[in-house]
Amino acid sequence: MTTAMLTARLLGGPPLGPRPAGVDVEAAVAAAGLVGRGGGGFPTARKLAAVRGRRRAPVLVANAAEGEPLSAKDATLLARAPHLVLEGIVLAAGAVGAREAYLCLPAGSAPVPAVRNALRRHDLAGVTVALTAAPDRYVASEESALVQLLSGGPALPTSRPPRPAERGVRGAPTLVLNAETLANVALAVHCGPERYRAVGDPAEPGTLLVTVAGAVPAPGVVELPTGTPAGAALTAAGAEVGAGEVGAVLTGGYGGAWLPGAVVREAPLTHAGLRAVGGVLGPGILAVLPQHACGLAETAAIARYLAGQSAGQCGPCVFGLPDIAGALEAAVAGGPHAAAALAAARRWTATLPGRGACRHPDGAARLVGSALRVFAADLSAHVSGRPCGGFYGPRHLGVPR
Amino acid sequence: MRIEVDRIACRGDGLCAGLLPEAVALDDWGFPIVGPLPPGSEKAARRAVAACPALALRLEASR
Repeated sequence: MTTAMLTARLLGGPPLGPRPAGVDVEAAVAAAGLVGRGGGGFPTARKLAAVRGRRRAPVLVANAAEGEPLSAKDATLLARAPHLVLEGIVLAAGAVGAREAYLCLPAGSAPVPAVRNALRRHDLAGVTVALTAAPDRYVASEESALVQLLSGGPALPTSRPPRPAERGVRGAPTLVLNAETLANVALAVHCGPERYRAVGDPAEPGTLLVTVAGAVPAPGVVELPTGTPAGAALTAAGAEVGAGEVGAVLTGGYGGAWLPGAVVREAPLTHAGLRAVGGVLGPGILAVLPQHACGLAETAAIARYLAGQSAGQCGPCVFGLPDIAGALEAAVAGGPHAAAALAAARRWTATLPGRGACRHPDGAARLVGSALRVFAADLSAHVSGRPCGGFYGPRHLGVPR
Repeated sequence: MRIEVDRIACRGDGLCAGLLPEAVALDDWGFPIVGPLPPGSEKAARRAVAACPALALRLEASR
């Protein structure tokens, strides 16, 4: 992995300097306009407000578990600038009155030595920061799964209500913030809201870590101002965007959406910007397929992986995900049942969203639904028994076993 | 009012769709797809909530 820096704020920025005294952290975060970097894009100040002033002292969870296999941004951030995440933890904990914080890392993750060193050096202002390993599972980094893990249970999502802000880790109100979000809390407080929001899109300010994966010469994490055309991230990863090398791009990760490369190139890197063209920013992922690759076969492999990653708790996910993967496989393979399989895949992807305890089925349905749209021309050829040339070639997005 | 389903508790017994077909359909695997409650169906909705063997349904105020 390489790390390109076009705007160094989170990765390799200057040292923070002393912690400013007497700052209203929640007001600073609100004035900075910070939206969460974990994938949902929720305003961070509202998450702080949701746990403040409750009867029990809240618990803070810093989420760097990064269950999405295509994402490398939190690991990169913690390897390069762990002090920013720790400073964000101290500031956010102080803002809501939390004395206890957990930093959730993927099991067996590389940044742990860097984090341990930073923990020894950092002024934690009395906040206890415990490192916790989240199991290597897609849904383990979902916030209610982390809450259940930290309460002594399995790392599986739970039903809401109660929301973690009401009753989370061992019953305490719990604030779960992504690691990159916390680093941005540190920047917003140390730089001040005006300087913070001088960079990036006015509605979703600051810089953004983007993981560029797939068929690019230099895959890795790049930091860009929000609102920058996504083509700049592809160029930073060495892709010759104008030269027709880039085919389709998977935006937002495995639970995201495919877009044609030409559409991605112009789309601003914001939640609103990608949503407007049918894509997903998610946790900042762009995974590139070359021209002439088979996006349908790639999608079928990812759909099968996502089916295997279900927590196995909710019926629509337990039954729907394997059936959707199977239907897509059958449609892509052609044969006498391909047309019926395609019709079933369309029906199931339409009825699955919103019917799980977590958003895992929604993501899988969105991925497959977008593939049926973006690769529609290839799809009709596959269904009629004439697969595209890329079907027989290599796969480009390595799906974990 | 609206019907909310605890998706982890739900076992797909399907009684809700039988008792409240105006608001609940079943998907191809037997799990509920919940639509809006039509006016006047609150009594039937309460009956469906009470009948769920998995205690997976609840009635909530509309958002």
